[in-house]
Amino acid sequence: MTRDMICVSCPIGCALHVELDDAGKVVSVSGNTCKRGEKYAIDECTNPVRMLTSTIRVNGGVLPVVPVKTSVPIPKGKMFECMKAINNEVADAPIKLGDVLIANVCDTGADIIATNEV
Amino acid sequence: MLKYDLVVIGGGPAGMAAALKAKECGVKKILILERAETLGGILEQCIHAGFGLHYFGEELTGPEYAHRFIEQVQQTDIDVKVDTMVLEIRTGNVVVATNNIDGMLEISATAIILAMGCRERPRGALDIPGSRASGIMTAGTAQKYVNLDGYMPGKKIVILGSGDIGLIMARRMTLEGAKVEMVCELMPFSGGLQRNITQCLDDLGIPLKLSCTVIQTHGIERLEGVTIANVDENRRPIPGTEQYVECDTLLLSVGLIPENELTRMAGIIIDPVTNGAIVDENRQTSRPGIFACGNVLQVHDLVDYVTAESQIAGEGAAAYIANRPRGRNHYVSVSGKDGVRYVVPQNINENPDGDVKLYFRVADVFRNTKIIVESDGKVLYSKKKPKLAPGEMEYVIIKADDIRALEKKQLTVRLEVPTK
Repeated sequence: MTRDMICVSCPIGCALHVELDDAGKVVSVSGNTCKRGEKYAIDECTNPVRMLTSTIRVNGGVLPVVPVKTSVPIPKGKMFECMKAINNEVADAPIKLGDVLIANVCDTGADIIATNEV
Repeated sequence: MLKYDLVVIGGGPAGMAAALKAKECGVKKILILERAETLGGILEQCIHAGFGLHYFGEELTGPEYAHRFIEQVQQTDIDVKVDTMVLEIRTGNVVVATNNIDGMLEISATAIILAMGCRERPRGALDIPGSRASGIMTAGTAQKYVNLDGYMPGKKIVILGSGDIGLIMARRMTLEGAKVEMVCELMPFSGGLQRNITQCLDDLGIPLKLSCTVIQTHGIERLEGVTIANVDENRRPIPGTEQYVECDTLLLSVGLIPENELTRMAGIIIDPVTNGAIVDENRQTSRPGIFACGNVLQVHDLVDYVTAESQIAGEGAAAYIANRPRGRNHYVSVSGKDGVRYVVPQNINENPDGDVKLYFRVADVFRNTKIIVESDGKVLYSKKKPKLAPGEMEYVIIKADDIRALEKKQLTVRLEVPTK
């Protein structure tokens, strides 16, 4: 199996070509011009993660929502599940930047934390 | 009349960084005037991550990046007036502003820093035929509706323009349950960062249609759909390629315009390419004592660069206030050619205080291309870059001694494209 992707580690955007074995293990990476490209390809093929940002409803605040993020990047495939949990949550003002609004969201090990105050 | 050493117009990342730097350089009385209800500017609605990698060495969201500067401003004696609209800059550096508490304000300032930011190019600038149906708005307007006001402006979305705000909103709307049908880009390449194309479009299976534009909107009360078409190399729609796409919302991410109404009224000379003031290396405009920085001067890709530029302006204003203006009227003029669209600053004092960073943008995507800075045929700087793109601001550093040694008071930044 092979996968083609564009590296996002820097603005050059190398076209990466990845060969995988039947177990999904990376056999080789080509097209990269630096070490970061190889790491990016392996991460994307084995455990792609993303930082998730969104908003949570607020009761009694100046604004109706507070922006939030995951404390660490979460598996890419869990983004929509985490969005559901975020959209089911309502927080009470006042909220401080850094407050944990959902602990260990969807068992990802990441907390949902406020990124502004309301 | 109120009296200040420095008045900063705009309390976003540029204004805050400039004011803080001026304070650090010893300026006593500083006032920031902000149109919105809070400091922070557009960062307050940019809830995605990716800010601060250069300046703080860590990845922050927009509100977090802004918060660090808001806290610092609050810890100083810098005065802040929010909900305040500046109407005019009169001769003698008098700022006229208004708000609900003070009424009309006249503020006399030794120096002024312009940090008003930019706004999005609106629908009216595009000449798309169609009625004024609701559901057509800029990507930034939708971003405010979703991220600050907490509601979704539509369910079925087409995005025109693949600038970073458009890409970010494609992901944001999808995560909140909307169906983003496609992103259309007039140019044969995207102006957005590759990371955003990967993480905002590819991750979610949203198609990016290059060399494609919206040629008509449909619907009278509410948008019902758009007609898209491919364009040729002259960006003209190709007959026969029209396609109807059903949607209730059209988001526009088609460029940013520096907000220079005050600047123009003040008679400050504007660069027709950047649409911002012409400045020297201290970011001083053509009017003594008036400085400009951030997106009002030139549209940046990264807030980190806005912060860096604004600190230069803050330092320049502090030197001016301390009556140490740096040798005006004896300038080396800087320009771009051969693929370099513009260079900021446009002027450098012929005896600068230090090395000077020249920021510029290129007109097209170039690979394995040499950046050359020369004066009168003599090369001062030359470096080969694997890739240059219009969406990535570039800079080169020119040594102060090299500038002092120039015989002809003129510098050119150009590209040398490899012959095939």
